[in-house]
Amino acid sequence: MTTRTTNQKAWWLVLPVVLLVAFNAVIPLMAVVNYSVQETFGNNQFFFEGVRWFEEVMKSPRFREALQRQLLFTATILAIQIPLGVAIALAMPRKGIGVSICLVLMAMPLLIPYNVVGAMWNIFALPDIGLMGRGLNALGWDFNYTRQPIAAWVTLVAMDVWHWTSLVVLLTYAGLSAIPDAYYQAARIDGASRWAIFRHIQLPKLKHVLLIAVLLRFMDSFMIYTEAVVLTGGGPGNATTLLSIDLVKIALGQFDLGPAAAMSLIYFLIILLLSWLFYTVMTRDEEK
Amino acid sequence: MALISLEKLSHSYRAEPRESEPGDWALRQLDLQWADRGAYALLGPSGCGKTTLLNLISGLLQPSQGRVRFGERDVTALDPGARNIAQVFQFPVVYDTMSVFDNLAFPLRNRGVGEAEVKARVHEIAALLDLQDRLDARAAGLTADGKQKISLGRGLVRSDVAAILFDEPLTVIDPHLKWRLRSKLKELHQRVGVTMIYVTHDQTEALTFADQVVVLLDGQVVQAGTPVELFERPRHTFVGHFIGSPGMNLLPCETDAAGVARFAGYALAKGAGRGDQIGVRPEFVRFAEAGLPVRIERVSDAGRYRIVEARHDEHLIKVLVAEGEPLPNEQGHLAFDLAHTHIYADGWLVDNA
Repeated sequence: MTTRTTNQKAWWLVLPVVLLVAFNAVIPLMAVVNYSVQETFGNNQFFFEGVRWFEEVMKSPRFREALQRQLLFTATILAIQIPLGVAIALAMPRKGIGVSICLVLMAMPLLIPYNVVGAMWNIFALPDIGLMGRGLNALGWDFNYTRQPIAAWVTLVAMDVWHWTSLVVLLTYAGLSAIPDAYYQAARIDGASRWAIFRHIQLPKLKHVLLIAVLLRFMDSFMIYTEAVVLTGGGPGNATTLLSIDLVKIALGQFDLGPAAAMSLIYFLIILLLSWLFYTVMTRDEEK
Repeated sequence: MALISLEKLSHSYRAEPRESEPGDWALRQLDLQWADRGAYALLGPSGCGKTTLLNLISGLLQPSQGRVRFGERDVTALDPGARNIAQVFQFPVVYDTMSVFDNLAFPLRNRGVGEAEVKARVHEIAALLDLQDRLDARAAGLTADGKQKISLGRGLVRSDVAAILFDEPLTVIDPHLKWRLRSKLKELHQRVGVTMIYVTHDQTEALTFADQVVVLLDGQVVQAGTPVELFERPRHTFVGHFIGSPGMNLLPCETDAAGVARFAGYALAKGAGRGDQIGVRPEFVRFAEAGLPVRIERVSDAGRYRIVEARHDEHLIKVLVAEGEPLPNEQGHLAFDLAHTHIYADGWLVDNA
């Protein structure tokens, strides 16, 4: 009989990562948890409040409205960016000089800092001096995003589509390049239409990259803050006050740390839950 | 259906191939005819143009020059889907999200065939391929040979298919299944009676599958004939050493006006004209009392026979000696079977008919 000796020294190798994660994720999160169950009036005096802030946030119409706006925004941009991204990737050239040109053009929006994107669109959509705003007014649409909720939403969605569709395009393009030629050749011999090729070859083979694309776009758009704040600041009124904007208003505008912390945790759990849902639904077939 | 004929078919992957540069061309001035219901093999080393030729027949590629005809019909400009051709690729292609049934039905449904007929055809073909009990399974879950059967089935299922082209279809199949799938192909060919053209660089596959073997080298046909013809009368020295194991012995020679070819002063062959090489297969050389003096260098046992490497000066000659037959000690003499010893000029057979 031999006794297995476990080498406990290996734990030391994990320690740096544990420390890193502890300091950049676990400890801040715990601080938020701490705030979410207490009331403070400054002077470092805390009073335990239990789940009161959670109840308050869940019951508040303000939170519900922000959440609805957030869901509407994310659903809209996913519904536009995923099909549009796939369509652009399908239309991109497969070889020759055009490939590099397209790839560089596509990568460009992704390289621009978020606040610059917001500032660009802020000016671009202005009704008096912005190209887009003036253009739309010249076409007969009384377009003013600082006053009209619809115009603010159109600008916000257009900005996000411009900024992030490229990511879907690049992921899809990479996925398309990985499909062996033999599939297309077999499909031509089988007399498949363009649609049948897309439906039965390209789409199934793109499933995994699209899953990644949907997850990334979902999480990022659900957390959108910088561009939206620079563009509309949540207005006009509260028309474009998305969850993160509202959260910052509560936490840093009103200094309601307890409710803000409770809201952060709910916000976090919603993202976690929805991501899990997307993942489960999109990988469901593979279990079979 | 019909005879497939290729007329002066040339293909180049370059945008502007130069007529005088053979290196620019994947295929050069090919004339070939494939009879209806034949079993053909296209044999040649990698890069000789086999796959190009196949893709030209199926229409995946358009030839730079020349015509492809099915019977009387000129199909050169037709799309693959519009030709009565099916093709099976090196790597099995199945539509992952579909069941085996839907995979087999796919080419029919694309052509607007009624669902009742689709069902009948798919069941018929599935029975031929022993896939009946897997019809509801997802195609993605099958093994490589099962997937390759589906690829083949998608060709067979169309009643209008005149020819099925195989592009090295057994590459990814496990060795012990290769043999089974190959005999299945042979059996199908006899039962279904469509033309089959089989591309391979494996001579065993080619010779066991085909009635007619076409040997390609550098984009040109060097010989087309039955396996026996290729073996007994290679028209080119390349065929001689590419087919056969071991390949043909080639010896430099001098020929006189009467067509007698001499190697090192020994008259070994008689031909109709002048040549510079004598070719003889190891099967047609034997040890004798008199003849070309040689020294035995090496004997390797290959089971039923031994491969003897005998040396005359700097030339090695391979001889097949049956199991149990006596070998001379070190020194011996070789006799060549005259009927099977050929003379070649610049690599090509000098006809001694």
